[in-house]
Amino acid sequence: MKLIIAIIKPFKLDDVREALSELAISGMTVTEAKGFGRQKGQTEIYRGAEYSTNMVPKLKIEVACASGIADRAVEAIQQSANTGAIGDGKIFVLEIEQAVRIRTGETNNNAL
Amino acid sequence: MINRQKLIGGLGGVGAALIALPAWAQGTAAPTAAAFVPTAEMVNKGDTAWMLVSSALVLMMSVPALALFYGGLVRTKNMLSLLMQVFMIVSIASLIWVCWGYSLTFTGGSPYIGGLSKAFLQGVDASTFAATFSNGVYIPEYVFVIFQMTFACITPALIVGAFAERVKFSALMIFVVAWLTVVYFPIAHMVWYWAGPDFLPANPTDAGLLWGMGALDFAGGTVVHINAGIAGLVGCLMIGKRIGFGREATPPHSLTMTMIGASLLWVGWFGFNAGSNLEANGVTAVAFINTYVATAAAAVSWALVEQFRHGRPSLLGAVTGAVAGLVAITPASGYAAPMTAIVLGLVVSPICYFFVSTVKNMFKYDDTLDVFGVHCVGGIVGALGTAIVANPALGGQGVFDYTVMPAVIGTYDMGGQLITQMKAVGITLLWSGIGSAALFFVIDKVIGLRPAEDAEREGLDLSSHGERAYNY
Repeated sequence: MKLIIAIIKPFKLDDVREALSELAISGMTVTEAKGFGRQKGQTEIYRGAEYSTNMVPKLKIEVACASGIADRAVEAIQQSANTGAIGDGKIFVLEIEQAVRIRTGETNNNAL
Repeated sequence: MINRQKLIGGLGGVGAALIALPAWAQGTAAPTAAAFVPTAEMVNKGDTAWMLVSSALVLMMSVPALALFYGGLVRTKNMLSLLMQVFMIVSIASLIWVCWGYSLTFTGGSPYIGGLSKAFLQGVDASTFAATFSNGVYIPEYVFVIFQMTFACITPALIVGAFAERVKFSALMIFVVAWLTVVYFPIAHMVWYWAGPDFLPANPTDAGLLWGMGALDFAGGTVVHINAGIAGLVGCLMIGKRIGFGREATPPHSLTMTMIGASLLWVGWFGFNAGSNLEANGVTAVAFINTYVATAAAAVSWALVEQFRHGRPSLLGAVTGAVAGLVAITPASGYAAPMTAIVLGLVVSPICYFFVSTVKNMFKYDDTLDVFGVHCVGGIVGALGTAIVANPALGGQGVFDYTVMPAVIGTYDMGGQLITQMKAVGITLLWSGIGSAALFFVIDKVIGLRPAEDAEREGLDLSSHGERAYNY
């Protein structure tokens, strides 16, 4: 099992979700996040006082899936979240040691 | 039927005013004059209704309008402290006003301050009257007490923006009581107290100092805005900068609230300015339309300044411009014509913008919400501009000569008026600046003006009031 963590531009969420649904991946967790990478922040001006905000708003999505479809899921996210501009985000893939569905107690692939 | 005018002669025999204590507001019949007695027939129901509505509108300017305007501009952790400061200042100022404020402001006595003959509203009841700006037209004295009460409430509330996010609540409340007594009531008396159109001819010296000099302030440019603005500047200098000022970002936490507050200020200001005519007539409509268009013009010109300067006009800029326009038109509202009011509005925003962006950065004072830059500077622009826009040659309303009965429009000397306005601005700046500094100094020595450093970092909502603005 793999855990895919993707940091994406907020307005790309629906595209990513659709692309993952086509792979029959039917669950994800979405968190509003802030951070910085190569994309520089924006300048905000309040009555002439300038603030440069170096934290840019992003969404963090987490998807757990069977190891066999992880590569395709990563590819789907990469393509659906892509705008070609700086600040499109990153994808990280981690190994999952164990998964449990709380309602039934099913484990591992059955719990995904 | 309005307008203040230049009194002939000096300010000598004010003793006459002390001999006969007035039975009605502002009225002081000299022993020698044939006694003029206002009667219930001189009260118009339309005037009374309009003035009561205006009073409620001006209260709305403080709560919630000013509180939201200010509150939206501070950080989340200090939101409630601003709301609470404004709310309690309004409550305390109301009580002070009826206890001794009205009497000190609107009875005769000296050119600098009134007496205590109406303290605790003694002698005021449903059958006493207050003068308007027209011969033979009166409003119930309670109406006048209420209307002026709302001004005494909002003026000290304006000050708190200058040292927002870093003032001890108890110290602030004590300051407000003292400031109203030694700064606001005297200045309001100096600018607005006079015997009334039916009594002035017999008592030509029975007026406050600045009224006697002929200073024009229709609705409170000196009394409210310059007065509060300079007190705020003095306060922010004496209290000191916020922890982290210039190093930590302190962006507004909710410009949505600020926009709601500014918009309610605009609406409430019709009561403030048009209500200041004390009657419901054509000049009331003059003040109303001037207030409307000057504000619109100032919002546009601030947005234009930002468009040229930053390439993006901001909402905060637009609403700040609107408030600057409201401040500037306040002393001129009953004297200008709509087209000159627009010019005044267009002019005030770039000047205030220069102060809040450039001058503030240059001198590094932490006037948190720009009370000085918008209210004091805008008030000065308005006070001086009043001398120009009141000129009948420019479509202005001119100035009534109340030393004759009935009052007539006198000749207008624009240059002389401008000098008088400068004197009025100077006296207000000095009186309020020095008085405020003395009060802040004493209170700081006795109980301290600032909360502890940890309390300030934690935010005043939790440390001073034990609650949070937002619990998600």
